Amino acid sequence: MTDPNVTTDPRDLADADAETGELEVDPVSGYELTGHEWAGITELNTAFPNIVVWALIITHAYAVIAWILLPAWPLGDDYTRGLLGLDQGEMAIERYEALSADRSRWLASFETGDFDAIQKDAALMIPGMAAAHRLFQDNCAACHGPDGGGGPGFPALNGDTWLWGGHPETVAETVRVGINAANDDTRFGQMPAFDWLERDERDALADYVVALHDGAEDAQGAGAQLFAENCSSCHGDRGEGGLMNGAPSLRDKSVIYGQDRATVLRTLRHGRQGVMPAWSDRLSEAEINLLALYVATLGEREAEQAQ
Amino acid sequence: MIAAGALGMTERKVAFALSFALAVLGLVMAAAAGQGVMAVHGAMAMLLGIFLIFRTGGALYDDGPADERFERYYDAPTRFGIAMTLVWAIVAMAVGVWVAALLYWPEGTPAVPWTSFGRLRPVHTTGIIFGFGGNALIATSFHVLQRTARARLAEHVSPWFVLIGYNLFCLWAVSGYVLGSTQSKEYAEAEWYADLWLVIVWVVYFVLYMRTLARRHEPHIYVANWYYLAFILVVAMLHIVNNIALPVGWGVAESFPVWAGVQDAMVQWWYGHNAVAFFLTAGFLAMLYYFLPVRSGRPIWSYRLSIVSFWGIVFFYVWVGSHHLHYTALPYWAQTLGMTFSVMLLVPSWAAAGNAIATLNGAWHKVRDDATLRFMFVAAVFYGLSTFEGSFLAIRPVNSLSHYTDWTVGHVHSGTLGWVAMIVFGAIYTVVPQLSGRDAMVSLRAIEWHFWLAVGGTLVYTVSMWNAGIVQGLMWRAYDENGALSYSFIESVQAMAPYYLARTVGGGMFLMGAVICAWNCRATMRAARGEAPDRPIVAQPAE
Ligand code: HEC
Ligand code: HEC
Repeated sequence: MTDPNVTTDPRDLADADAETGELEVDPVSGYELTGHEWAGITELNTAFPNIVVWALIITHAYAVIAWILLPAWPLGDDYTRGLLGLDQGEMAIERYEALSADRSRWLASFETGDFDAIQKDAALMIPGMAAAHRLFQDNCAACHGPDGGGGPGFPALNGDTWLWGGHPETVAETVRVGINAANDDTRFGQMPAFDWLERDERDALADYVVALHDGAEDAQGAGAQLFAENCSSCHGDRGEGGLMNGAPSLRDKSVIYGQDRATVLRTLRHGRQGVMPAWSDRLSEAEINLLALYVATLGEREAEQAQ
Repeated sequence: MIAAGALGMTERKVAFALSFALAVLGLVMAAAAGQGVMAVHGAMAMLLGIFLIFRTGGALYDDGPADERFERYYDAPTRFGIAMTLVWAIVAMAVGVWVAALLYWPEGTPAVPWTSFGRLRPVHTTGIIFGFGGNALIATSFHVLQRTARARLAEHVSPWFVLIGYNLFCLWAVSGYVLGSTQSKEYAEAEWYADLWLVIVWVVYFVLYMRTLARRHEPHIYVANWYYLAFILVVAMLHIVNNIALPVGWGVAESFPVWAGVQDAMVQWWYGHNAVAFFLTAGFLAMLYYFLPVRSGRPIWSYRLSIVSFWGIVFFYVWVGSHHLHYTALPYWAQTLGMTFSVMLLVPSWAAAGNAIATLNGAWHKVRDDATLRFMFVAAVFYGLSTFEGSFLAIRPVNSLSHYTDWTVGHVHSGTLGWVAMIVFGAIYTVVPQLSGRDAMVSLRAIEWHFWLAVGGTLVYTVSMWNAGIVQGLMWRAYDENGALSYSFIESVQAMAPYYLARTVGGGMFLMGAVICAWNCRATMRAARGEAPDRPIVAQPAE
């Protein structure tokens, strides 16, 4: 590796005076060159700037102070705890509890589930509904839409007909246990598959159900007959729903999957069983009640906005 | 492109044998896998091997090369590396602009799996870091190494092995993501066999570098070489430790990492941050330390600062990875160490940036007139800015605002667009005319356009992401007077729309600049008037 021609004699350096060994000076900066040269690149022998020394001292002092105050260096099984004795788990829990305590000033009142009393109390409803709006956006809007208007597969929560009921108490129960959810008390609702019906029977039913949507059904036809035999026990005599067994009204404007002919045929052939998750493990009782009140009044708010 | 002309007779046989081995390796992989991603990758390797068999086989019995070649530097690999740099730049930046657009316009995602955001995002990051950045590093390292050692590369086959092998790794990686194969480790998504392959390539690279350095005719090793060596060595260490994994089977592109839980997170971010340090910083500082003084014609402002910043950067960086895991399951003490070392790191980083800027003293008129030098100047400024920002974001309370927001994305891009890409373009505009035996690029106006598009794009991008990140961070932590959250998460997403749009525009401008650069380089290489005029010192008589 070492070249025999290489010496450390300063007089041999590229920029050095061959006689005295003194280094050349850069005319622009007035600093000496180091004498090293690589394919034309040279270096100045500039003294180490004071500001860098100060910056090093300040940043190192910051680090040392932090090490003294905070948990910092590992010691085998343990670590230096720091004079402040901080523990990030405890700190997180403390902050969480402080926030919850602050919130529970008003939120605790929602635990009772006495919806009529709460609804009359503006001091509770004003902070409550503002918080409920964010809770709904964070937890429910992904499926039910930001305004509760629903979407394909997910029922609207802002209309006046319900699968299970629109009273805050009923809604709270639905949210708590879910529908067809992984919860022991979950509500169970299933639209059975009618694949055992003849094709023309399903066609007749589909025509009838599509017409129901527009209120233009033929009450005497084969469809009506089949409907009475197979469907009305769940969907009501004239498909008006409201039996609170999970079967929707087929006469109102809102739909879950769709009430066009093709979708209805698919529903009849394969059945449907939507899943609404249970929230009792994820939201507190007060939050569920808060949401129930919010959902129960979505329809009213919708109507107000329309005006 | 791959000129067998410079290869000696034995070297040609070696090259032929290696091509054959690659084709066989591909065949074995494809056969072992039978189907799936690994089979596709085997087929790619096999096709590349067959192509190379024809390239090298055709020249096996041609006349031997002239001995005069030893009186020149070996620049053909650099030329190829720069071409690959530009190809990857355009591909990966285009993918970046596309995924940026998808964030503004998610409905635009076509309904086929391989175009989903989750698959294309790593194509962008890997394509840019490894494809664009890595090729630029390898190509310029060959150039700088030879010049500062005043010696020709130690031999002629391994530079090609390194470059072609490395690009095969990049291709395997990004095509794997598109096909749905990933290790799910950020910046280390490539699967086990690609990782093993990269280890081999890297060892060859290291050996070539050391052998050439050993032949130097300069008494001292220039600081750029220190940085390149740090890049090569530490990246090898990071890559190996982070990627230790057990393959599910020898024929499948799936594996389990040996690390688990918070240890896995720590190893991953030790790797991740040092990829920033030793891939995206050390190597590019090497470029800065060579091309800035060459282009400005000024001596490095302070020899001492360059030494102190080198050792400072190398020592402090390896500690700071835990600042990516503030407020997580990682123990508090590890977070404190990451935070404090990040702050101490600021001084050597700024010493390097300041040293570069002070070097321009006496050459400011050149900065004004020469867009190439201006690229390097802007790079040094953004290097300073983003290292300051990095140390700042590493402070825990600051991080509690910035973490998980687009501020991080803004920070990364002030580093990658403003610093890394700018210094690469400065280096390319210096090297390409030289290797083409010309005084200058074909179009100086095109460089000027590129410069302003790049600077404008970077500013639009980073400013919009800073705003986006701070808005997000503030929205997430805001409580109303009743102690309830002021905003739902979706509201903070909706608030991003204008920033995401602006970011797409900024990225698009940057991409346009890169396309102009690629065109200009191609035109210049086609208008070449011979080879680089500078010569190594020829010590030993030619073999
Ligand atoms: C994963 C999607 C999903 C989420 C999230 C979700 N729901 Fe549901 N929800 C459903 C589905 C599906 C149904 C209808 C189930 C069925 O078809 O029988 C439903 C039904 C309901 C019902 C019954 C409506 C009625 O007419 O009786 C209520 C009330 C309800 N959801 C409220 C909520 C609330 C409040 C939240 C937020 C805490 C929420 N949902 C979150 C999917 C969801
Ligand atoms: C056992 C009770 C039950 C019977 C019997 C039943 N349904 Fe249903 N039906 C349901 C339930 C529950 C749902 C809601 C399913 C869901 O949301 O996942 C439903 C949903 C539907 C829907 C979808 C509504 C929409 O908005 O998309 C249609 C259409 C429908 N039923 C038609 C019928 C017809 C026609 C029959 C008779 C052939 C019938 N149902 C019989 C329980 C029943």
